This record gives sequence, structure tokens and C-alpha cells, in this order.
Amino acid sequence: GKNEYDLLVIGGGSGGLACAKEAAQFGRQVAVLDYVEPSPQGTKWGLGGTCVNVGCIPKKLMHQAALLGSALKDAQHYGWNIAQPVHHTWSVMAQAVQNYVKSLNWGHRVQLQDKKVKYFNMKGSFSDPHTVRGLTKGGKETIVTAENIVIATGGRPKYPMHIAGALEYGITSDDLFWLKESPGKTLLVYYPFILHLYEIIVYISLTDASPDVSLECAGFLTGIGLDTTVMMRSIPLRGFDQQMASLVTEHMESYGTKFLKRCFPTKVEKLESNRLQVTWKNTDLGTEETDSFDTVMWAVGRAPDTETLNLETVGVKTNSETGKIIVDASEATSVPHIYAVGDITEGRPELTPTAIAAGKLLAQRLFGQSSELMDYDNVPTTVFTPLEYGCVGLSEEAAVQCYGSDNIEVYHAYYKPLEFTVAERDATQCYVKMVCLRERAQRILGLHFIGPNAGEVIQGFALGIKCGATYPQLMKTVGIHPTCAEEITKLHITKRSGLDATVTGC
Amino acid sequence: QEAAKYEKKVMVLDFVTPTPLGNSWGLGGTCVNVGCIPKKLMHQAALLGQALQDSRKFGWQFTEEVEHNWMTMTESVQNYIGSLNWGYRVALREKKVTYENAYGEFVGPHTVKATNKRGVEKLYTAERFLIATGERPRYLGIPGDKEYCISSDDLFSLPYCPGKTLVVGASYVALECAGFLAGLGLDVTIMVRSILLRGFDQDIANKIGEYMEEHGINFIREFVPIKVEQIEEGTPGRLKVIAKSTKGNQIIEGEYNTVLLAIGRDACTRKIGLDKVGVKINEKTGKIPVNDEEQTNVPYIYAVGDILQDKLELTPVAIQAGRLLVQRLYAGATSKCDYVNVPTTVFTPLEYGACGYSEEAAVEKFGEENIEVYHSNFWPLEWTVPSRDNNKCYAKIICNIQDNERVIGFHVLGPNAGEVTQGFAAAIKCGMTKEQLDSTIGIHPVCAEV
Repeated sequence: GKNEYDLLVIGGGSGGLACAKEAAQFGRQVAVLDYVEPSPQGTKWGLGGTCVNVGCIPKKLMHQAALLGSALKDAQHYGWNIAQPVHHTWSVMAQAVQNYVKSLNWGHRVQLQDKKVKYFNMKGSFSDPHTVRGLTKGGKETIVTAENIVIATGGRPKYPMHIAGALEYGITSDDLFWLKESPGKTLLVYYPFILHLYEIIVYISLTDASPDVSLECAGFLTGIGLDTTVMMRSIPLRGFDQQMASLVTEHMESYGTKFLKRCFPTKVEKLESNRLQVTWKNTDLGTEETDSFDTVMWAVGRAPDTETLNLETVGVKTNSETGKIIVDASEATSVPHIYAVGDITEGRPELTPTAIAAGKLLAQRLFGQSSELMDYDNVPTTVFTPLEYGCVGLSEEAAVQCYGSDNIEVYHAYYKPLEFTVAERDATQCYVKMVCLRERAQRILGLHFIGPNAGEVIQGFALGIKCGATYPQLMKTVGIHPTCAEEITKLHITKRSGLDATVTGC
Repeated sequence: QEAAKYEKKVMVLDFVTPTPLGNSWGLGGTCVNVGCIPKKLMHQAALLGQALQDSRKFGWQFTEEVEHNWMTMTESVQNYIGSLNWGYRVALREKKVTYENAYGEFVGPHTVKATNKRGVEKLYTAERFLIATGERPRYLGIPGDKEYCISSDDLFSLPYCPGKTLVVGASYVALECAGFLAGLGLDVTIMVRSILLRGFDQDIANKIGEYMEEHGINFIREFVPIKVEQIEEGTPGRLKVIAKSTKGNQIIEGEYNTVLLAIGRDACTRKIGLDKVGVKINEKTGKIPVNDEEQTNVPYIYAVGDILQDKLELTPVAIQAGRLLVQRLYAGATSKCDYVNVPTTVFTPLEYGACGYSEEAAVEKFGEENIEVYHSNFWPLEWTVPSRDNNKCYAKIICNIQDNERVIGFHVLGPNAGEVTQGFAAAIKCGMTKEQLDSTIGIHPVCAEV
């Protein structure tokens, strides 16, 4: 028989919704299935996916709360008579953030309705390449058939199952943003990309790396006045430029976040006081240590949400190591008419804007007359740690690996934001560097910026890099004064010269 | 400083003629002392006031109404400026540039007379001269203006809170000052003769005005002051301002503690002996016409900065022009200063960043049918929780249809507009098209991704 829908999207997150809405613009029959399996702690949320509910949005709002804490301290230097120290109430912030997120959930539902996209709050699994079985929370079943199916179910945080007590007592980012009460003294355990069966750290050499919500969470928790510790077995922000990563963590350390480096936890137990006792091994000293916390949050990576999809039944191939769905440049899976976008796809950055763009372009190719493929090169990102880090293009290491250190030139500068002067803030880690090819045109391969409003700064330059910007072109661009971004147009000291890269004066 | 790098013997003469109210400052020029730097710091103080309000919604607790102390702020700002003045003197010394705090004027070919504060005169000769004397605020030429009004030359070091202030003018200086004064809690009125931000995109200029009005700044439009009288002396005192309509005979009166004039700036070229060496200036504006190598009509005399005719009055432009000039003179370089697509930012309460053509200028140059304007309102994520205005921020790009939809104008109205605009200016310099803009992924969630 004929398929009910032209397009069925499984997963109502950034990628899925963008694809569905775009397809509907072409007058197609579109349906979206979205379902949130509650976290082990019982947290669940509405339509919109990770970004809206447990990712970018609440993260940036809580980061803003922390930044406002710093602003309150600065304000005194600028003449505002405010009694220090000022205290923060978690529940006021959390409620405001959660209310906003709920308004977004509502907004998405209204949008789907307006665009005549059918929405099912159901968990989908494949019966055959054109048929998906949807199951509601109550167990009611609906069969949906579609000509084309897009899988956009994203990912969920992993638990380190080999650590006793991890599942019962720990939370993840899925839970943090929905806590009604303050997390109190918090331990964040941070292992990027660890396989939970073996304690082997998988090195993923991406040129685009996805920001770690964990460091960002540790940052804002510290900023709102909580006792926060990050436990790391190896290096932070793997996949990112390592010089920049260490400046970011250095700043966090001076900001007040505690770091337990080269340590890994062995068990979590609950104490009578309801606090959690964590035991860990310190690999440097070879000792075992313990401490108690109110909250333990696992940030050990995300797993693609494919388990209940029944992919084997229809033959959609996944990567055996990561579990992610393998797609080609047009987002097609190994099965005709089945596609995938977003965090669920192998080899793509785990970012909202790329998922949205990929979803839109896919819909345009399927139903519009377009043949435009998604360009995953030079995708800019920002890590919203207390001192933000924005970047686009290659890290210095990747550039060296690709071209050889003799063929690249790195321009850099340590600068001080004007607003930090009167506020007497430490600008030690405010730094910018540009990696270029050394040959005559000096095309820019990568740009890295640490400082306030890093995202705002980097966005426009990402555009320039997409246009093939070169170092001379950037130098011809006049700076806007006084801003932090203008420092990029003034870069002239190279690493090769060995000269002091501190910016002095106007 | 650039010339000294090439082992040239260099001297700098810098002198600040005190304002009518007796104010003066150190080495560094307008930007450092009475321009960009103190302006941005006071703008930041005002933004922090807003941040205080927002922070309550984000969970920060403080019950009292928070008051602002003008003296604390001004002292911090002046201390920072003092450190910059000092820094410049040290830098000149280290680079072996001779510095004299004296007023320079030409007395004959290749010869300048330098008069210091105490009236002691010295003569200096040089192979080449660079005039970079900049500008000073204009006065209205009405009774009471020089005696009772202040300008931006006085505002940033005012030793008392200005109180209820009337700002006369509609330049970016007027709007930025009015903006931060209101942000610090003061009662502010702006008196505008005709339009806001002449020369800027008018659609955006009006949005800026609207926003300021909605946030408590009073506007008196189509009036000019004709007299300022002192009611009472003091710090601040009380002043009476009498103004006349530009459209008829209506006269109004108002009482203020401070009147700030921001009606424009005049080039400092009339009293430096330019006639003695034959340097032509525009008699009407006082500005100096130069060729595209910053050379005046007298071959050994050059000029850069705010005094140039038909060029932009911006610090980074002046710096770039100065550096490139010296590189051409002494290092065999050929690069000329590129005055096209220079980005700017107006630091009003709602900041405005721009690069390239305004919509009017684009229509005039290319014709309405040949341009496409893409635009969008946006709501910064950080404004959601504290329920701040949800449709005031705005971005628009203007594209040239005939040239592959190349982006010829970029305008953004919103927080951190300067930081946002800088990178787009670089992209415009690379000839960015709408298609390239569309295919660039946004960073999420930031304002710039719009």
C-alpha cells in the first residue's frame, strides 16, 4: 500500500525538527516521533531534544548566571554600591531556566502544528524499512509508514558501569539542569571518550571536536558559589587545541574550581547523612583517597541512542566501536530511503547548528530541487567555560600534523580586555592565536580566542575563513575600538620569533 | 613609534589646550583621554547596572536598591587613563622618540616653534612633518555656552556627579554619553535639532532612539538652545536652558544641573601656522585634504587622523594610516591605508555595529532593484530569563544582486555589537557573498549566529 507520510522523523531535537519543518515547507506530509526515556534518576523533559532541554540552552543560561556573579563583583569597582559577598539561590535560577525551557517545548509544539507536521509523543522502532512502530508511555502502539525516514535520536550521557554505585548515586547533565535543589558540594568526573568495558582511552583525532558540557558545568557551579571539584584521568578537552585547553583549565583553577588530576574513581557509597562518599585512585602518587560530596556528576561521554530502534532488523549499519550510524555525504545510511542527522551520526561534530543545517539541507535535497550537501569543514564552536574559548578551523597540533611545522606560521597575543582594567580582573589567560600557512598567501587554517564573549567574536571570522581569508586580508581589516575582537586584526608576533606576545597599550 | 623602528630621529610635540572650564590631560590624544577609552568604561559601568537588575532573576540575592557613586567610577577610570599616559611616555622613551609637552606651530619652511606651558619657546627643524592634531568639541556660539556648559572633554573627569543632564546633539558622542548617564541612574534629556546619527543607517538610528526613549531617556526634537543661564552655582549647579523650535517660533525653557554639548568637533588646524608653509585646508571645515598617501599639498608635510578631509574619524583608522605611511616612507613598502569597509560600533545602551553601506547609501549607489536586504529581529538568550525586550535586537545585511549577492553592508543592533561585527568586517574584506554566509555554521547559542 501507499506510505502514509512522505517523511517520518524519529527524534524531535535540533536536527529532527529542522528537517521536519523544512520538509513541511514543500507541502509534504511529515510526522515526527519524539520520546524521552527518563534518566536513571527519573528526569525527563519535553519536545526539543538535548540542546533545548539538557544542553546548550540551560547550560548557557546557567553560565550567564555565573557571569553575572562576576559582574556583581566588578560593579563595585565601577561605582555601584553593592554589599559583598552576594549570595545565590539555586532554586530561583533553576526555576527561571526550567520555565524558559518549557516555553521552548511549547513553542516547538506550536510550530509543528502551524506547519502541519504530525507529532507523536512515542518511542519508535523499525519493523521494516518503511514502517516504524511507535509506543506511548502507557504502552499504546501506533504503526507509521513513510516513504523516507530520518533518524535523529541523538545521544544520552553514559554511566561508568564498572564503578560501584555509579548508577544508583550519580547524576549526569540530563539531571543537573532539572534539579530543584542546589547540588551543593559537587564532584564532576570527567573522562572524554572512555570505553566502559575497558579502561582504554580512545583517542579520537577529529579536526572538529565537540565542546564538553562537563567543564562548562563545573565552571558555572563554581561561579554561583558551590564547592566544585573536577576529577580527570588524563587531559581535558581532547580533540581541541591543547595549548588553549590548558589555558581554559588554568583559568578555572584560579577561578576556584578544584582539579583532581590523573585520578579515577573506584566506588561511590551513600553515607548516613545522605552524602556520597567517593573513593578514588591517584595514579601519580599511587594512593587511594576519599572525600564526601553532595552530588557526583558523571561526564564520561555520550552514547548514541540506537538501542531500541531495532536497526539490525532493517540493516542500518553502525560503527562497531562508537555505535553511531554510518552515513555518507548526503546523510544516507546503508538502507535506501533511511537517513540520519545530528549527534547519532558517525564522524560528525556533536553540535546543534550542524544538525540543524544538515537536517534542512537534507529536506531540501529530498523535496526541493537542491543538490547542496552539508559542509562540515571549518565549523566554529565555543566552550562556555568561565573564561570562554571560541575556535574555528585547525588546532595548532592538527595543522602541524597536516602541513609540518615549517610550513605553518602561528601569530599570537596575550591581551587585556578593557573592562577588566577598572574591575581589577586577572587577564592572564586572555589569549588569541591564528594558525596560517606559511607560503605567500598565508591562508588562515585556524583561529583560537579565549576571552569574554568568545562566541560573538569568532562567528564573523568563521565566515571569513569560509571565504578563504588570509593573514594579509585580516591585517587590512581595520579594528573596532575598543573591543577584544580587534586584537585579532592586530596580530603580528609569531611564535617562531620567540618575542613577547603581550599586547601593550593602544 | 613606527618611524623610530627604522632608526629615524623622531620628535613628538603634544599639547592640550585646556577646555573653557580649565580641563586638561596627558599624552595619548582624544581616544585615550576623552574618547573611546573612558567612554567604553563608563558604558560598561552602565551595562553593569543593567546586569545587577538581571542577576536577581538568575538567582542572585540582594534586597536594597543599588546606588551608583560617580566619584568611585570616575576615579577608577582616571587612574587607568593615567597609567596609559604614563605607558605612552615610557614607550616613546624606550623607542628613543623625543617627546616635548609643547604647542607646535609652523613658522617657516621645515621649521616649527614649540611653546610649553610656561611660555618658553624653542625652534625645531625636520626633514618631514606629520600633522595629527585631531579635533576638539564645538560650542554653540550662544550666550552662556562656554561659561556654563561642558563637553566630552570635561565629562570623563568631572569631579562631581552631573545630576540632571541635558545633552545637546544627536551625534554618536551625544547618544553614547546620554546612554551611559541614564544607565547610571541619572535623569537625562537629549535635545536634537533634526535627525539622529547623521551619516549612519537611518532605519537603525531610529531603532536606537526608540530603545533609548523606552528606557527612560527624554527626547526634545527639533529644538536648538539659544541661551544658557546660571540659576545657582554649585557642583553641580542649576542651569536654565532656553530653546527655540526649528520649525516655528515656539520657545521652551528647562532646568538642569548639567548641560553637555555634543554637536560636533572642529579640526585643530587654524592656529598651527599652516599658512606660513602653504598647507591648504578646507576653509569651511578646517580639515586638510590629502592624497591617498596622506600627503598634503606641501610634499614634505603629511597628515593623519581626525583632521583629514573625507576620511573616517576613528582611532584604528588613524593608527593604521600612520603606520602604513611610515612604512612607505622608510621601509620601501607600498601598502596604502584601506578606507573601504571600515567597521565601527556605536556604544549606545543597545549597541550598534556596522560595516559597509547603510541601506540608504546602498540604494543611492546601486539602485533599489539591485540590492537585497535580509533582516531579522532576535532575542538574546541571556535576555529571556530576566524578561528583557524580546524584539528590539536586530540584524540586517545588504547584498548586491548584480555581484553574486556580495555582502556590501552589515548592521547589527544588540549586545556586544563590536565583538560581533569585527569578524564580519574581516569576511566582508574577503568579499563574502550571501551564499557563503548561509553556508557558515552558527555558534550556538550566541547573538552572532543570527
